[in-house]
Amino acid sequence: MTVTANHLQTGDLNVGGAALLPANGRVVERWTALSKVSVTMLVLAQVALALAPMTLSDGMVDRLTVLFIYGILALMWNALAGYAGLVSVGHQAFFGLGAYGAVRLADAGVSPYPALLLAAACVALLSVPISAFMLRLKGGEFAIGMWVVAALCHLLVNLDTLIQGETGTSLIALQRYDAGSRRLITYWLALATMVGLAWCVFGLLRSRVGSALQAIRDSEEAAASIGVRVLPTKRLIFVLSAFGCAAAGALWLATSVTFQPKTYFSVQWTAYMLFMVLVGGIGTYEGPILGAVVFFSIETLFGAAGVTYLIGLGVTAVVFALVLPRGIWGAVERKLGLQLLPVGYRLRNRDTSS
Amino acid sequence: MSWLNQIVQGILLGGYYALLACGLSFMFGVMRIINLAHGSLAVVAAYGVLTLADRYELNPFVALALVMPGMALLGWVLQRLMLERSARAGELVPILATFGLAVVLDNTLFSVFGADSRSLAPSIDTLAYDGVELAGFTIGHLSVLTFALSVVLLGGLHLVLAHTAIGRQIRSVADDPATAQLVGVNATAVNAMASAIAMMTVAVAGTFLAMRAAVDPYAGAPQLIFAFEAVMIGGAGSLWGTLAGGIALGVAQSLGAQIHSQGFLIAGHVLFLLVLLGRLLLAGRPLKLALTRSR
Amino acid sequence: MSLLKLEALDARHGLLKAVRGIDIELNEGERLALVGANGAGKTTLLRTLAGIHPASAGRIWFEGEDVTQLSAHRRAAAGIALVPEGRRLFGSMSVADNLRVATSALRTGAWNFDTVVAAFPQLKPKLKASAASLSGGQQQAVAIGRALMTNPRLLLLDEVSLGLSPLAVQGVYDSLAGLMASKITLILVEQDLQRTFSVSDRIACMLEGAVVATGRTAEMTRKEVMHHYFGHRTADAPKEIA
Repeated sequence: MTVTANHLQTGDLNVGGAALLPANGRVVERWTALSKVSVTMLVLAQVALALAPMTLSDGMVDRLTVLFIYGILALMWNALAGYAGLVSVGHQAFFGLGAYGAVRLADAGVSPYPALLLAAACVALLSVPISAFMLRLKGGEFAIGMWVVAALCHLLVNLDTLIQGETGTSLIALQRYDAGSRRLITYWLALATMVGLAWCVFGLLRSRVGSALQAIRDSEEAAASIGVRVLPTKRLIFVLSAFGCAAAGALWLATSVTFQPKTYFSVQWTAYMLFMVLVGGIGTYEGPILGAVVFFSIETLFGAAGVTYLIGLGVTAVVFALVLPRGIWGAVERKLGLQLLPVGYRLRNRDTSS
Repeated sequence: MSWLNQIVQGILLGGYYALLACGLSFMFGVMRIINLAHGSLAVVAAYGVLTLADRYELNPFVALALVMPGMALLGWVLQRLMLERSARAGELVPILATFGLAVVLDNTLFSVFGADSRSLAPSIDTLAYDGVELAGFTIGHLSVLTFALSVVLLGGLHLVLAHTAIGRQIRSVADDPATAQLVGVNATAVNAMASAIAMMTVAVAGTFLAMRAAVDPYAGAPQLIFAFEAVMIGGAGSLWGTLAGGIALGVAQSLGAQIHSQGFLIAGHVLFLLVLLGRLLLAGRPLKLALTRSR
Repeated sequence: MSLLKLEALDARHGLLKAVRGIDIELNEGERLALVGANGAGKTTLLRTLAGIHPASAGRIWFEGEDVTQLSAHRRAAAGIALVPEGRRLFGSMSVADNLRVATSALRTGAWNFDTVVAAFPQLKPKLKASAASLSGGQQQAVAIGRALMTNPRLLLLDEVSLGLSPLAVQGVYDSLAGLMASKITLILVEQDLQRTFSVSDRIACMLEGAVVATGRTAEMTRKEVMHHYFGHRTADAPKEIA
């Protein structure tokens, strides 16, 4: 008999190796056969993607880069909304600031590709004081409060004469690379960032932070009363999501080269993130990845339909929110008890195999 | 003197914000839901009035009177079909659902009406720009009308809540929906009614937006943000707080416009953040937007 | 025909059966006391009767009608009123408004605003005060008065003495004395066994969701009740409760 438990366990557990043996003959473990297979497949897939540009056309490489950026956005928004329980309608602020930071750093002489990650790091630093304001808000107040922050950032960025208001500017420094190299470097950088962030979130979920997040989601008061540091935990996720979205924005800049504030600070990006996470499965690990793939496919197929496409996205989001709020993966997980990646704990009897 | 003039303009602008925000504040007070589609719904109402005024050559106020029942019905439907369900599904779901709704409304308006912005100003003739000179200040007729209407509406809502049977029912549901049921209050119907009332105020706000300025399909988002800022600046619960918040926002924006060409919007957002910071420093507790619940 | 009839009633909290197979019949004017330890299911049973907790199996017959699927506000309109555990007043509203909102049930009868205030005179000076500012005993009076405003045929009282000082409890029961004299049908949950014995004419003992003993108050001894309350035989005969 196996029982899956995602709850806080006191005492240290050895991850991935010997498990704690409680006296009643049950074993606590993290990995199952399925999750071992899944993780192996995942690693293989990542290697395959890294090697992919050798075999794929230029157009495909570009499209995959976009997919990776969507994946980053979905992962980050899910970390905040699904794990920390904070729905933000303003994370386009960080997306735009990441791109803006890259433009500014490149203008100051930093080499363009390092500038992308450096910009993301700077935005992450900036998000710390922002979190001091915002994290005291809850629910819808936090959602719209972040939107105000995004609107303000947009306005302030417009004031910068380098940007020339809504006309925007370009990351001219990228011109020193030829188109082919640009494509490849951006692809690998995007892939590395997505993979890096994914493993980072994976590690977080398996650590104390993951248990703390689960406790906070279940009941903030109760979590605080047993010593879970609620605000620092939320702040960690907030800053991480800011970093990720900023990196995504900087990477988007690398793919499109031009920076128009209106595009980067548009609430459309939140709409995309919301769609991906809601459809994929909010609060699950596999959900945002699935959501990103679904969104990417829909955009490839219907994106040209313009406004009708956006209406379709909105309607789908509403339907999912009302009918299937756990998303596709959430529903699958519930029905089949499936968990591909070992982010929780499992309890099994010592003498039976799972 | 022009600074003082700006303050006066700001106060009058606050009347519009109070009009816009009172529906948001009301809905949240009663149902604990922040409707992210609030601004978009105001724009929908505005387009409704614009269409009626244009197609049938109606006076905008007459058109508004025709649109209001429609919006009330829309509010009722919205509550029964969407808000009630999403509120039961958890805290996050109403935010997701109403945001999705906002996206749908904005883009549907775009596909029906196109990108051009439109205004009711031509339909109201001189009301749009007539004013009186009072002690050196220019006071627009429209602005005064908007302000007066906001006071009347807020006062009316307050009176209804405080002294009528339906007002007591609404307050009891806002306080404790389960216990309200025990004493015979149909919480579902009350919530739907509150939603209908909120949508009627939204209709008025949307109409005045179209009169004082122009609306485009994507005007919903800024309106939502203004409404939210007005409610948050004005503070918890009270409808009059919303008026105070609206005025503060309007004044900050008007003064900001004097300082810099982009100052109008920036000043508003900055004021919002400052008030937030101030409250946090003073209270050190999580902010509550609404009426406090009893235990 | 009995006023209230419960047939194999079940109610759940998630997967746990909080109320199991309850069969009770109550005639008009009878006063039934539910006795049992915490967690026995008494409050859940009252909440299920009032309609704010769903029944998972069985039926509730009230005045010959099946009200099992009826929503709470309709049950209030039918004449079932619950004074909930912990009073649950509308703290942001005044005492007067708390009473007045209860006319939403639209039932007529002996109880209206004036007669309720007359029955609880301690509330007279407090009518405009916010309900949250009252003392425990006063709040309990408002809670009972609020339920009476619906002119119920069946009144459910859930632990009216909870959290009150002995003096305040006495005050509540003094006010209830007048109520007891009327023919109102009552189900009350009360921890204080002495009060239980003095007020009720029937007792039902609940343990782990089921009724384990029931009988007329006059025929049951304290010893029996204590036995069922704790679910086991006490070693020595318990001292008589004075």
